[in-house]
Amino acid sequence: MSAGSLSSNPAVTSAGSVAAPPETLRVRVNGKEVVVPRTMPDWQGRPAPTTMLQACEIAGVTVPHYCYHPKLPVAGNCRMCLVEYGTPALGPDRQPILNPDGTPRIVRSPRPAIACATPVSPGMEIYTDTPGVRAMRAGVLEFLLINHPLDCPICDQAGECKLQEYALDYGESRSRFVEAKVHKPKAVLLGPRIVFDAERCILCTRCIRFTRDIVGDDALGILNRGSYNTIATAPGRAFDNNYTLNTVDICPVGALTSRDFRFQMRVWFLKETKSICPSCGTGCNILIGSRQGRIYRYTPRPNDAVNSHWMCDYGRLNYKWIHRPDRLQKVLIQGQPSTWERAMLEMVQRLRQATPGTVAIVASARLSNEELWLLARLKQHFRALSDAVPREGEGDHLLLHPDRNPNSQGARLTGICYTEMGSVLPRILDQVQKGTVRTLLVFGEDMTRHGFEPDLLQKLDTLIVSDVLPNATTALAHYLLPGSAPAEKSGSFTNVQGRVQRFHAAIAPPGDARPEWEMLAELVEKVTGQRLPSHLPGLFDAMAAAVPAYRGLTWAGLGDLGVSVPV
Amino acid sequence: MPAEYRLILKHASEPGYTPDLACYLRHGGYETLRKGLTLAPKTLPDGRVLSAQEQIREEVLRSGLRGRGGAGFSCGMKWNFVDRKSGKPVYLICNADESEPGTFKDRQIIYRDPHQLLEGMILACFANDVHLAFIYIRGEFVEGARILERALEEARAHGFLGRNILGTGYDLEIYVHRGAGAYICGEETGLIESLEGKRPYPRIKPPYFPAVLGLYMCPTIVNNVETLCNIKHIVAMGGAEFARIGTPNNTGTRLVSLSGHVRRPGCYEIETGKVTLGELIFDPAFGGGLREGRQLQAIIPGGVSAKVFRAGERVTLRRRGLDGKETVEERDVLDLPYDFDTLIAAGSMSGSGAIIVVDDSVSMVEVLANISAFFAHESCGQCTPCREGSLWMAKILQRLAAGQGRRRDADDLLHIADNIPGGRTICAFGDACSWPVQSTVQKFKEQFVARGAEAEARRAAQRAASAASAAASTPGRAPVEATAQPPPVAIPSGS
Ligand SMILES: Cc1cc2nc3c(=O)[nH]c(=O)nc-3n(C[C@H](O)[C@H](O)[C@H](O)COP(=O)(O)O)c2cc1C
Ligand code: SF4
Ligand code: SF4
Ligand code: SF4
Ligand code: FES
Repeated sequence: MSAGSLSSNPAVTSAGSVAAPPETLRVRVNGKEVVVPRTMPDWQGRPAPTTMLQACEIAGVTVPHYCYHPKLPVAGNCRMCLVEYGTPALGPDRQPILNPDGTPRIVRSPRPAIACATPVSPGMEIYTDTPGVRAMRAGVLEFLLINHPLDCPICDQAGECKLQEYALDYGESRSRFVEAKVHKPKAVLLGPRIVFDAERCILCTRCIRFTRDIVGDDALGILNRGSYNTIATAPGRAFDNNYTLNTVDICPVGALTSRDFRFQMRVWFLKETKSICPSCGTGCNILIGSRQGRIYRYTPRPNDAVNSHWMCDYGRLNYKWIHRPDRLQKVLIQGQPSTWERAMLEMVQRLRQATPGTVAIVASARLSNEELWLLARLKQHFRALSDAVPREGEGDHLLLHPDRNPNSQGARLTGICYTEMGSVLPRILDQVQKGTVRTLLVFGEDMTRHGFEPDLLQKLDTLIVSDVLPNATTALAHYLLPGSAPAEKSGSFTNVQGRVQRFHAAIAPPGDARPEWEMLAELVEKVTGQRLPSHLPGLFDAMAAAVPAYRGLTWAGLGDLGVSVPV
Repeated sequence: MPAEYRLILKHASEPGYTPDLACYLRHGGYETLRKGLTLAPKTLPDGRVLSAQEQIREEVLRSGLRGRGGAGFSCGMKWNFVDRKSGKPVYLICNADESEPGTFKDRQIIYRDPHQLLEGMILACFANDVHLAFIYIRGEFVEGARILERALEEARAHGFLGRNILGTGYDLEIYVHRGAGAYICGEETGLIESLEGKRPYPRIKPPYFPAVLGLYMCPTIVNNVETLCNIKHIVAMGGAEFARIGTPNNTGTRLVSLSGHVRRPGCYEIETGKVTLGELIFDPAFGGGLREGRQLQAIIPGGVSAKVFRAGERVTLRRRGLDGKETVEERDVLDLPYDFDTLIAAGSMSGSGAIIVVDDSVSMVEVLANISAFFAHESCGQCTPCREGSLWMAKILQRLAAGQGRRRDADDLLHIADNIPGGRTICAFGDACSWPVQSTVQKFKEQFVARGAEAEARRAAQRAASAASAAASTPGRAPVEATAQPPPVAIPSGS
């Protein structure tokens, strides 16, 4: 594929499922008959003859594999997936020869085949559990281990290592290798974010194929020959594109490690929470790895409709701010520490006195759909002006979108802003300057960076600000409400293509900080008198009922992969 | 009396024969090309009309010509597999990588009679509608590449190559491409990768059969130098006539590279199947026997990849004749006629036609250690069993040969070698590196076990001696039990 066409996948429907081709054929896997499509999506999503490995998957039979990856071109080099098979014997008339009992006579192939690359044919029988197959797997594992350093106790991959897993499942427990091991470079910086241990590498070439065929950056190759083979970059060149860390995910062993994550935490201690990357409008599906209130890493979560199996390095590493020591943790009233009860009471009082037309709202398009919708309730109540703030950066050919807000579409669909985000900001500024607007609610933006001078903000009767990190606007707030990072709350985003996707709280917000939807639901109820559900799924369903673009959606119905709406 | 039969090397070894075009033309060169290119369409009894190209392909099929590169696959069938409907160009590659140890036949042709290769190659290209072809030549053949370049230039200048060849409207260009010194570049799909400018990692089949998805993902024919020379002779004499040379299903001649402990090593051309291994080794017309006082120990009959024969070995030949009847006969290995089918039936192969003769002056442990070191160095390292297995076997053998062996090393070697071949690897190198180990250790096991046992005995004696001296100096202390493991022997890193 031309790198970059991740979502132009014809075989994948918007729901991420594969449209079943009409044609099927019958094969047997370990004696069990299964009907499989003649063709199935290859790594690019194009129909290709169904492979033995795919047929086994359909039959519910696991075929161990290292080099095969559903989203990479097939290499067939690890030989872990070798299986035995047979095909119906054909007579001179090309018709199947039958056994006395009427079943087709099967001729066993004298040679095994790699399941990852061998197409199935009608009537084929695949055997994955014979003594021969077991011996081949044990043989491959023995070969992979003889020169392996076996340094699991200090290896980051331990716990999610395919070498460990398969050695346990299919290997021998004793080694008869008494020669000197091949020694290769260790702790090589392949690029600014990737550390490589050549001794642990099993030379499956997944990393090479990923950067060449998915990213379009032919940065990695192999040096030397035979057992001395080593992954390397071209002399003087670094492995440095915006997707390098995906190689750490797909490396089946601990050869490629993330400079950011290595030695930070044993993976079996990590809690994994399904979430969405909030760093751009693509909304890559991710898992947040956390432990005891601390985030250790983001990893991509496969979603064919959005990010395939990948995410960008920028988004992956953009989490450190969550644990910044200067996070806003206290409710402040006029700069003085206070409580949520007190602030809520005063804000409600003030807002109840505000007359329509004197309130304006600026909401960040980093807020969730639910939060933006709650702000839109206030907007409606006060017939307020509202807008969000565009956040632009450079996009790339693969995933990273120039829109660095994760939820611009949500801001539009809930009615916080127009299609052209930021077009109302000058009018808000004007009305604040004129004194028409006396109350400003700012959620997650620094207004001083968008033409609202501190002097001007000081003239407001009421400035309600919620944010996660301090800035010039939070410093001026009459009511400062500490909010949450997306990783600290649940909710949904609508990505640039209109996919509505859920994210879940991985850790708790620091100090007194709360998820914005919680504080907003309370505020909206008290100000407008409307009853609102007090839990997020209910809030989403209420929003879906009220917002035309989301009609028919339910929180439960979004599932883990989201649902697309027209935008 | 067995004698050479010179078809390919007919002129090459004549005194005064030179590799230039003038000499070739004086010997009737390029007459066959003219004949082939201008064959009139032929109408068959059933009314079908065969073009000149189709006629040549038919003749090649009829000739029974089998590939001379190693696998001995039918050339006519290989050409039939070519996907001619893809709309893509068809490429032809002459495999001149000749790297199988013991093989030195293609170079005879390239260095002495390059125009014969070109004529055969141009005919093969014409027959397959190829307009762009390559000669992939072993990097070490520096002079050979120069000779071929010169020959191509001469052919171009005389209208045998280039646009509108001999006024027939047929266009063909041939380029010489030099390898960079890797055995695996001889494997056809590794060769194709290398020609494309990549690391010569052999391709997986399916899906990358050269006849369908070869060079630049286009249908491609890869043929050996000797195979392509034969095309010229098939077109010259007709397929049926060619098939009368040699024996049924083993037609034509073979260039045999005879080396090792014989008096007259060299490249001999024989009628396939008309000369036995024994005659090749002992007849004065060929090897002329062993040196004074030496006994025959082993024969490697088809390049070092082939399974070894032990002198005196009785071979049971189970063969199915062309009539479908199975015959069983037992023969001494020396009485095996040198052809494709007999050697396969005898459990080995004629491979590249390289016969290496080993007498009793050397140890088979050392012979095998040498062979295995070669394979460990040449494994491309793409797939697991061959990458790791080839070096492991080499290390064990080197240790054994260096007097650091164990009795069990022989069985370990057999077990490791069993985990590599037979479709477990991407290319046939996996078979090539394990067959010699399987066969040599099996057939000469006593040598391997003895080497291990000697070393174990020596170590035990050393331990006893040092324990005794330790006991003498520190009374009351029990001798330390030494480990059964020998110290590792380092193998210099490859490449
Ligand atoms: C490891 C390996 C090395 C090979 N080396 C050569 C070689 O040097 N020359 C050659 O002609 N064929 C070589 N072959 C065989 C080729 O793959 C291919 O079968 C041959 O070139 C086809 O030509 P033919 O059909 O005319 O024999 C090699 C095969 C393997 C597996
Ligand atoms: S570094 Fe990892 S992904 Fe790359 S070849 Fe080695 S084992 Fe495979
Ligand atoms: S492409 Fe966007 S959503 Fe995906 S990981 Fe990068 S920043 Fe996050
Ligand atoms: S069998 Fe050996 S030479 Fe062939 S592809 Fe595998 S590693 Fe390379
Ligand atoms: S998964 Fe590696 S060869 Fe099939």
